[in-house]
Amino acid sequence: MTAPDFTALFLTLRLAFVATVILLVIGTPLAWWLARTRTKVKPVVEALVALPLVLPPTVLGFYLLILLSPQTAIGSFWLSVTGSTLTFSFAGLVLASVLYSLPFMVQPLQSAFETIARKPMELAASLGASPWDAFVSVALPASARGFVTAIVLTFAHTLGEFGIVLMVGGNIPDRTRVISIAVYENVEQLNYAQAHSLSLILLALSFSVLLFVYIFNKRFPVHVG
Amino acid sequence: MYAFISTLLRPAAFVLCIIAYGSAQAETANVAVASNFRPAMERLEAKFEAETTHDLSVSYGATGQIFAQVRHGAPYDVVLAADAERPALLVTGSASPLPAQTYALGRLALWSPRLGSVDAASLSPSELRFLAIANESLAPYGLAAIDVLRSLGLLEPFETKLVRGSNVAQAFVFVQTGNAELGFVALSQILSLPKDRQGAYWLVPSEHYQPIRQDAVLLERGKDNPAAHAFFTFLFSEPARAIIKDAGYDLP
Repeated sequence: MTAPDFTALFLTLRLAFVATVILLVIGTPLAWWLARTRTKVKPVVEALVALPLVLPPTVLGFYLLILLSPQTAIGSFWLSVTGSTLTFSFAGLVLASVLYSLPFMVQPLQSAFETIARKPMELAASLGASPWDAFVSVALPASARGFVTAIVLTFAHTLGEFGIVLMVGGNIPDRTRVISIAVYENVEQLNYAQAHSLSLILLALSFSVLLFVYIFNKRFPVHVG
Repeated sequence: MYAFISTLLRPAAFVLCIIAYGSAQAETANVAVASNFRPAMERLEAKFEAETTHDLSVSYGATGQIFAQVRHGAPYDVVLAADAERPALLVTGSASPLPAQTYALGRLALWSPRLGSVDAASLSPSELRFLAIANESLAPYGLAAIDVLRSLGLLEPFETKLVRGSNVAQAFVFVQTGNAELGFVALSQILSLPKDRQGAYWLVPSEHYQPIRQDAVLLERGKDNPAAHAFFTFLFSEPARAIIKDAGYDLP
């Protein structure tokens, strides 16, 4: 592996980590709300969350390219606040990844939350626990499996992101040239050996991450209710 | 059950017969074309099909992808590449019975759809946030853009400002959507836009970069296909050359 390839690998891990942390913060309340709400707009929100599963990443990338351009309100606002653009930047890739991996965080969490019965939560409340207290001491431990699944899937899915990054990244070393782009470039240049070593790393990484989830879920079954 | 299946199959067999009969009558050539040549190709295709009995089935893609597809047995008869290097590889790799021929010379332009005028002086590293180019390791237009920057002594100041599309079409999109203020694109791309959206461009003098030779090859698969031969001959005829020139290319 060459130095640029290491840079790409490291950048990819950093991107997946940051996106996962942000999604954990946004996804948890969203999933909780979806699991509890009785509002009529719930299916609409669920459909929006699931959209990145079915949309080609190039569609998302194309919209982001237009939406985040400095010509638009969002793009120019970001530019005036931070001094750099959203497209062709690490921040832009994080934003894209958050959108792209949203269902991978929200869906496992939502189904974990849905299995928590109302009874224990009401019981905690009747014992004088605040909603937050009840959430932390009852709901969180009961949905540990859901959290592990959500976090790991989000991380792994972000590792493999390609289409959006290709559209809004601009292939800048150390900022937006992630591992999937590096593989693509190596294949196109007929550097098959280099493409192989990078692909193998990504394959091994993704497999071990998924293996971890399945082993974890088997070994620590969580009893709910 | 048997009767049911047979009722289903009978019309299907009939349709298959018609398809087989139809394809024996009209010759079709499968042509793979580098995406930068699309506007010209569409006009060439229309003219060719109007003047002959043959049909063309055209696929557009990046030259590198087309090359990989041909190597893995893609059913193309003719390839119109964006460079000379890959067609040469196809010829030496005996995927083609004939030598490659240059059908067009690409012309590089520095383009902005928004500025009133663009020239060499527009390449000011302090004023530009991003300069879009095609990835020089994947695309000949990217290589030419790097040549130009180097020849103007601007490669180093622009090092951190370059954003690379995987091909020249993507570099074009970066500029068109306003994400990059300027970009090195193909003249043919600019000319394919409606007049009022062409913006301003600087046609880079050809001494600043190695010629972008776009070569065509007739592949082994197409050597017995009359439609492929006819199209290959047509591509180098005077009417075709006029279309190619008009679309923003130089002629060999």
